[in-house]
Amino acid sequence: MNSTVVTYLSQSKEFTNTVAWLSNALGFDATSLVAFVIFAIASLIVVGALATIGGLGTYAERKISADLQMRQGPNRVGPYGILQFLADGVKMILKEDLIPAQADRFTFILAPFLCMIGVFATLAVVPFSSGLMLADINVGVFYLVGMASLVGVGVFLGGYSSNSKWSMLGGMRGASQIISYEIPATITIVSIVLIAGGLSFKTLIGGQGGLPHEWFLLHNPFAFIGFFVYFIAALAETNRAPFDLPEAESELVSGYHTEYSGMRFGLFALAEYIEVFVVCGVAVALFLGGYKVPFDLGTGHIFTEKLGLDSMLSQNIGQLLELGSFFTKTLALYYVVIWVRWTLPRLRVDQLMTLCWKYLTPIALFNLLGIAVWMYAFDGKSIYSLIFNSAVTAAGHH
Amino acid sequence: MSTFNLDVYMPVVILIALATIVAGGSMLLGSFIRPHHPNKLKETAYECGEEPIGSAWANFNVRFYVIALIFIIFDVESALMFPVAAVFRHFNEIGLGGTLLISIFTFTLILVAGIVYCWKKGDLDWVKSFNAPSTPQVNALSKDK
Repeated sequence: MNSTVVTYLSQSKEFTNTVAWLSNALGFDATSLVAFVIFAIASLIVVGALATIGGLGTYAERKISADLQMRQGPNRVGPYGILQFLADGVKMILKEDLIPAQADRFTFILAPFLCMIGVFATLAVVPFSSGLMLADINVGVFYLVGMASLVGVGVFLGGYSSNSKWSMLGGMRGASQIISYEIPATITIVSIVLIAGGLSFKTLIGGQGGLPHEWFLLHNPFAFIGFFVYFIAALAETNRAPFDLPEAESELVSGYHTEYSGMRFGLFALAEYIEVFVVCGVAVALFLGGYKVPFDLGTGHIFTEKLGLDSMLSQNIGQLLELGSFFTKTLALYYVVIWVRWTLPRLRVDQLMTLCWKYLTPIALFNLLGIAVWMYAFDGKSIYSLIFNSAVTAAGHH
Repeated sequence: MSTFNLDVYMPVVILIALATIVAGGSMLLGSFIRPHHPNKLKETAYECGEEPIGSAWANFNVRFYVIALIFIIFDVESALMFPVAAVFRHFNEIGLGGTLLISIFTFTLILVAGIVYCWKKGDLDWVKSFNAPSTPQVNALSKDK
């Protein structure tokens, strides 16, 4: 079954009661209607939470950069300046909206929308927990790769339509960078799909366990290298430093969004910060065990057995633990992304292309072959289980 | 699931609608309260305070198009890898892993051949001119010294 929100909630008594009551009242089978309402509410919750995380991301970025540079950072709006992102949002809405006279108006307006749609659509398959996954599409990770590339189109259109030299340079750089780094990222994802044997996030995470030695990261040496290849490629795909060439403020003013002001710029920024969270979430799902909680606590069976709790209640507790596991790992990666930004200097364009085509892509292809051979040679066993099994058989001989 | 059910794509539609509503809504909300005093100078493109010269839609460095071409080839090929990768584990369990391994190797070797070709041709170098220092002009100049 699909592990969507509706499937999870349909186990509860309230769901059946509501469906039965509505079917009676309306005179037709209301399951789809209730499912639609639940989907809509869950989508609203996810979008709200992710927009808040994106907003807090800008705050965290400024606060962490301030820490790294021994400054104070934002500290006026709210306690520790935590409401700074709300103030920024209000300010952006209040700013005058300028569209350059020589710009291509239609694509200029369309570009930030494309970025937003590309990022929001990827949220559908981000596995927050085994119950809170908006859609467990059977081609999940393939869908995610496809939808995320819509952001590249938005970035390029934003740069091109502005008809300003800085924007044009930034947009062209952004396009070539995003499409180039999609190659190593996609090939690494393919190699993880080889291990898991499926494209949906349910399958990808189902092959892993809660403890580090059950993660795909430590499944075999190739997957370990693959994680770093994916992470670097993901940094470049989201235009994060050290790969923030499309907006390189010291050379291109502001890159592809030079001509954007007010909320239109805000949409680009919001999309970027949510996308960083999404790619961190995907890295966690592919390599770091996703939402899995150690010792199978996530299923909640143990609470029913040991504490005698109601099965739905213990499942809910399990879901909360899974959410906690996913968000802890993802936000830790998010911190690393920000940390990298304020630690490493920006690459040059030719270095960027060299890194992608001459290092990451060959390494990713090598990893792919290595993982295929590993899966064939060792029957898909992880390095830990191989060592553990050989230790057990060795102990058995004596 | 045995049957293909489009219901799973319902959240996708809802999320795309939400993205449009959030983006469009914030623009619409702003249009009621933000100032709107355009003038000719505000609407010119930013060029560090100078008056912009010409349009930005000029001829552009061909490097970008070469990269885009290489990307198209690799992206299509990696998209073709997905189905094979998805069934690999299952085929391995029923004892057909060797066949798939050979096909993966063949396919990847073609990919590698492609990347080696581009590399040899110098299409992966961003600055191609650095690789051609021995043009007749340069030699002539060095002879003069």
